[in-house]
Amino acid sequence: MRFAVIVFPGSNCDIDMFHAVKDELGAEAEYVWHDEENLDRFDGILLPGGFSYGDYLRTGAIAQFSNVMDEVKKAAQAGKPVLGVCNGFQILLETGLLPGAMRRNESLKFICQPETLNVVNNETMFSSSYEKDEEIVIPIAHGEGNYYCDEETLKQLEEENRIIFRYKNNPNGSISDIAGIINAKGNVLGMMPHPERAVSELLGSADGLKLFQSIVKSWRENHVLSS
Amino acid sequence: MYKVKVFVTLKESVLDPQGSAVKGSLHRMEYNEVQDVRIGKYLELTIEDSVQDLDKSVREMCEKLLSNPVIEDYRYEVEEVVAK
Repeated sequence: MRFAVIVFPGSNCDIDMFHAVKDELGAEAEYVWHDEENLDRFDGILLPGGFSYGDYLRTGAIAQFSNVMDEVKKAAQAGKPVLGVCNGFQILLETGLLPGAMRRNESLKFICQPETLNVVNNETMFSSSYEKDEEIVIPIAHGEGNYYCDEETLKQLEEENRIIFRYKNNPNGSISDIAGIINAKGNVLGMMPHPERAVSELLGSADGLKLFQSIVKSWRENHVLSS
Repeated sequence: MYKVKVFVTLKESVLDPQGSAVKGSLHRMEYNEVQDVRIGKYLELTIEDSVQDLDKSVREMCEKLLSNPVIEDYRYEVEEVVAK
């Protein structure tokens, strides 16, 4: 399975993401610059964290109009897995691939610390290697991770079981303790915590690795076993 | 030329933690008459007068990029400017 790690001017978790997928997961990975116009050769798309375009105007606001995002939308439509972490999540929200928006953290502080998450839904291509309600520890590092959506959207997310991760101790004020949500089709996941920073015990936690393993497992089931 | 002044503010239903912090500070300065503070953004666009439909164009810019309709409202004022 071949992953694209999208690099915007200002991305700064791209190397961690590449390392997680290539070295810890053992899949193929390639850095892809934001002006790339074709992602057909990839099976999965990873939008890393950072401060794309300096977070000018709003987090993710400028990135949504870069060339590569048209291709990311195409990949999402085609059902390929698309994972946005931190700034990657913010970009998915601005692009409209996921509903809602990010506000400044309630405390107004940039928070960088390990967080305990609950796996709310383990029946997705991103979470199938976890147990339902499993508690996992994944670090967060953001100033704007205070997730917001209107009540109608929240109801829909809950009814359709699209909240994948919840914070055990809400660090940033996110509505309904939301740490990660998925699209209706189930192939676009956005999350503020950084699974790519939790891929070996040496880093303090290896709980993030299962997320990447889930993606590969699902891809193999659909592409390798059937052929 | 037109000068378009765009004001982007958080929707009333959305909490503004920055505004609350500023309000707290004003209260500590004993400006207790301040009931609420909301922080927004101000943008100035200079637009060629050859534009076909100024309002339509500005509204589109506001909705697609300058504001995020999920959490923000916008309004704008138009001034005609004589080119120098």
